[in-house]
Amino acid sequence: MRPILLSGHERALTQVKYNREGDLIFSTAKDQQICAWFAHNGERLGTYHGHQGAIWTVDVDPTSTIIASGSADNTIRLWEVKTGKLLKTWDFPTAVKRVEFNEDGTKLLGVTEKRMGHLGTIVVLDIKVDVEAEQSDEKALTIVCDESKATVAGWSYLSKYIIAGHEDGSVSQYDGKNGDLLYNLPVHELNQPITDLQWNHDRTYFITASKDKTAKLISAKDLEVFKTYVADTPLNSAVITPKKDYVILGGGQAAMDVTTTSARQGKFEARFYHKIFEEEIGRVRGHFGPLNTVAADPTGKGYASGGEDGYVRVHQFDKGYFDFMYEVERERQNKLAAQGAGN
Amino acid sequence: MAPSFDTLRDDNFDEDDFDVDEVDVSDLREKYEVQLEQGYDAFVVVDGLPEVNEEQKPKLVKFLLKKLNTVGKTSEDLIFMPMGEDGKSLRFAFVEYSSPAEAAAAVRQLDYAPLDKRHTLRVNKLTDIDRYGREGRVDEEYTPPHIDEFQEKEHLRSFMADPSGRGRDQFVMFRGESVGVFWANDKEAPENIVERPHWTETFVQWSPLGTYLTSVHAQGVQLWGGASWTRQKRFAHPFVNLIAFSPLENYLVTWSNRPISIPEEGHPMLSLDDDGKNYVIWDIETGKPLRSFAQQDVQPPAVDENAPKKPVKNPWPAFKWSADEKYVARLNQGTSISVYELPRMNLLDKTAVKLDGVMDFDWAPATVQRDGVKTYEQLFCFWTPEIGSNPARVGLMSIPSKEVVRSLNLFNVSDAKLHWQSEGAYLCVKVDRHSKSKKSMATTLEIFRVKEKGVPVEVVDTIKDTVINFAWEPKGDRFVIITTTEPVAPGAVPPKTSVAFFCPEKAKGNAVGNFKHLRTLEKKNSNAIYWSPKGRFVVIATVHNQQSSELEFYDLDFEGEKPEAEKDFTANLQLMNTADHYGVTDIEWDPSGRYVATWASAWKHTMENGYHLYDFKGEQLREEPVEKFKQWQWRPRPPTLLSKEEQKQIRKNLREYSRVFEQEDNERISSADVAVVEARRHLLEDWYAWVAAMEEELAEERAYLGLPADPVAELLKAKTAEVAADGEEQIIEEIMEEVLEETEEIVQ
Repeated sequence: MRPILLSGHERALTQVKYNREGDLIFSTAKDQQICAWFAHNGERLGTYHGHQGAIWTVDVDPTSTIIASGSADNTIRLWEVKTGKLLKTWDFPTAVKRVEFNEDGTKLLGVTEKRMGHLGTIVVLDIKVDVEAEQSDEKALTIVCDESKATVAGWSYLSKYIIAGHEDGSVSQYDGKNGDLLYNLPVHELNQPITDLQWNHDRTYFITASKDKTAKLISAKDLEVFKTYVADTPLNSAVITPKKDYVILGGGQAAMDVTTTSARQGKFEARFYHKIFEEEIGRVRGHFGPLNTVAADPTGKGYASGGEDGYVRVHQFDKGYFDFMYEVERERQNKLAAQGAGN
Repeated sequence: MAPSFDTLRDDNFDEDDFDVDEVDVSDLREKYEVQLEQGYDAFVVVDGLPEVNEEQKPKLVKFLLKKLNTVGKTSEDLIFMPMGEDGKSLRFAFVEYSSPAEAAAAVRQLDYAPLDKRHTLRVNKLTDIDRYGREGRVDEEYTPPHIDEFQEKEHLRSFMADPSGRGRDQFVMFRGESVGVFWANDKEAPENIVERPHWTETFVQWSPLGTYLTSVHAQGVQLWGGASWTRQKRFAHPFVNLIAFSPLENYLVTWSNRPISIPEEGHPMLSLDDDGKNYVIWDIETGKPLRSFAQQDVQPPAVDENAPKKPVKNPWPAFKWSADEKYVARLNQGTSISVYELPRMNLLDKTAVKLDGVMDFDWAPATVQRDGVKTYEQLFCFWTPEIGSNPARVGLMSIPSKEVVRSLNLFNVSDAKLHWQSEGAYLCVKVDRHSKSKKSMATTLEIFRVKEKGVPVEVVDTIKDTVINFAWEPKGDRFVIITTTEPVAPGAVPPKTSVAFFCPEKAKGNAVGNFKHLRTLEKKNSNAIYWSPKGRFVVIATVHNQQSSELEFYDLDFEGEKPEAEKDFTANLQLMNTADHYGVTDIEWDPSGRYVATWASAWKHTMENGYHLYDFKGEQLREEPVEKFKQWQWRPRPPTLLSKEEQKQIRKNLREYSRVFEQEDNERISSADVAVVEARRHLLEDWYAWVAAMEEELAEERAYLGLPADPVAELLKAKTAEVAADGEEQIIEEIMEEVLEETEEIVQ
């Protein structure tokens, strides 16, 4: 099906997020506004004004009441989804590269940049998912990354762990309550930064994307690497698709090298891999710059990608996507169906 | 601050306090002192002379001088022949040459040279006599030389026996810093045989029969082979750039742009004679150098005074081998061709073949049996440009007689290229001619039928444009040319090209008819021709081109219907397949003619390096992007040991053989498929087992913590209640998507 092209941003996209129902899309870019879109037709619901710098990240709470955003103006801001009202601003010494709500929206983590003598940190804020409530000024927790700065981070199931991906290619597991470092494993190639970290629906495992041209599927509990997806280009983003056992990877030649290469060279395609068999099964073209971010509709009906070219492309999956199955998968499905019928 | 004119003080000029004696000039003295005692390097000792008395002595000296002066400069005064007490000579003489190099040449060339029927000269360096001949230097008693125990070498052709019994071919791949040798495995990933990081410093190369793999290092060249890939030989040519094997891989030529400099303490393999040389010819079996040569600066002859001087280029290979390796020859551009005899590496008949203005030459790639010629001969062809009023000439020379057995005069020649057919049956000379005004160019092809009586020459002059590429069908009599309207300027977008196929007409009996134009394909970008080593199939490709990179696979003996207009031709041309390999730089057929490898090498550009593998029909079997992919080379195979009859027999029974092989292939593929499916089933089971375990664990933990099963269900319910209570906002939008028609087609 023809993708919907969302052309509301003037500069490179930094993150795209679906809400839980998959009907809204939030996007951030290096221009200074957050956009909210209707997923089904690409109509813009509105924008959120206030940031004074490039916006790196956005997340929405599970009830789609509030969104949080992190920006190069060294703030995390909280907005009301419905009205676009700014609810709260937290100031930090450096830029905020990633924000994420935990599974019930009561906690928010933010990853701050290492710069000007400040070490990179992961901060945790307590949130009240209520537009009327007074949000606390205090940070509930601060984790300092003195080894290698964190580039991405997220909450595991039950908010039990905070998982962070680092600039040196390693992944850390911190205790979600007290911030103690439990594990740090070199998962990706040394000094190839991890560029993205996204969860499956119940947050028991996650996928990381790295500049080392691979994406990895890792368990949250013990950081065991299950799967490795090998691409032929540096990756900026990776996402696990719900309903079907696929993953989508996005990347391309680094933005600074793009002008010297043709679009063909850049490999600006979204790549689909089978989650379990690690085999590439398809590609979707369209962007004319590297893909900075990909997001999957939590209902499994589509996905969205945001590119260095300033566009968000929203795709609805075709019949073929749902029908495609490996022989062994079909076998398993038939077996389950037979069992179901037997019961 | 440096003294300037204004600030000079008087005492700067005061030379009185300057004491000459105080200056230490010992270093300068050392440097410039005249060496009174010259070395004895320019002296040789000539042994084996006849015994003469005082009267006969001047005669002998004179006679000897003639010989000695062939290699250097000496005179009667510089020959000292000591006489014995009985007035008779002691049968030897000391000779002084004008330089040590000449003395070295005398030792090399005159040692063992016959003086007359009964006397053979022995020439040694005086310094050698001093070094080895002094008392005590040589043991009085004879001790037999130590001969190493015979050690069995590994079978160097074990690679011909594919352990899988499928007759697969090997190839070498050089990517990143690592070199690996593989079995080609059709569609599956190649099977690694050996992999070594930093095996070579610049490139790798197979020997022409596939016995050795050559690695190139700053210290020299190494040959590897056998089943365990051990080092077979080493050739220490420092800073070697290029190497070339002789066709039967008994000799190796190495070249470095830096002249060899032998260090004070000596060199393990090369001697002082090799100092300053660029080329070394080695004997592979012994690992010893045969002879070394200095580089000649090839100046393109000034045909046209106004023409801009082309940069000096060293033609490679500089040394060209006759098909049986009995001779190796080098072009002395514009003057002569030096032909050397193996294995002694002496100049044939002691003189180079004088050919005024000679531009290029090439040996017949096979030993040709000319009609009516019974004696042994090797042929090479050469061409000379127009000089003054003399026409340009293409000639065919027979060696060792040095007779020109056929020559052809040509006019208005700008350039000529020599193309031998692989069996030496035909020689095509591609002649670029200019019109009288020198404004337009045209190409004719002069084809020598070498094996026919009198070597008839046929001219193909129907070509209007410039021919940029030409290739004979190996072991066949058809050829392909690529023409273009304008000469290609480097850097600019190349103009469109045309590809033309030629073949002989049908003729009676075994004769080969006249060469006729078969078909031309217009408006192409193609610039390269790659024939299958077995003939019949040809790949026409566009390489080194940013815009296009197409590959076209043609069959010249298509078994389908033949166009009526072409029924008199001995070919039926058919395009089998086209493919595209972006950025392709190199293409190579495997030695069996079954596969074609194409690759984009990081030596040429860094875009999408990697290789593709096609079968001869042009169907893509594999595609693998490899970072820093540099080189691919199929391992050559030695010629078959089967006789013509045996080969014919195999061809006849091919159907039966192929049935067996096809069955094997099918079994292998299906068993591999089963294995893949089994592996997938495992993966799937493992995964779902983990997911189920994790879900259970999560549910337990939730229950233990007293949390609801779904963390957000409650929240959502609350939110829904809140929104509904408001009552104001009740916009329900429903999107209906109606499927009008849906058809599914299964395309076979």
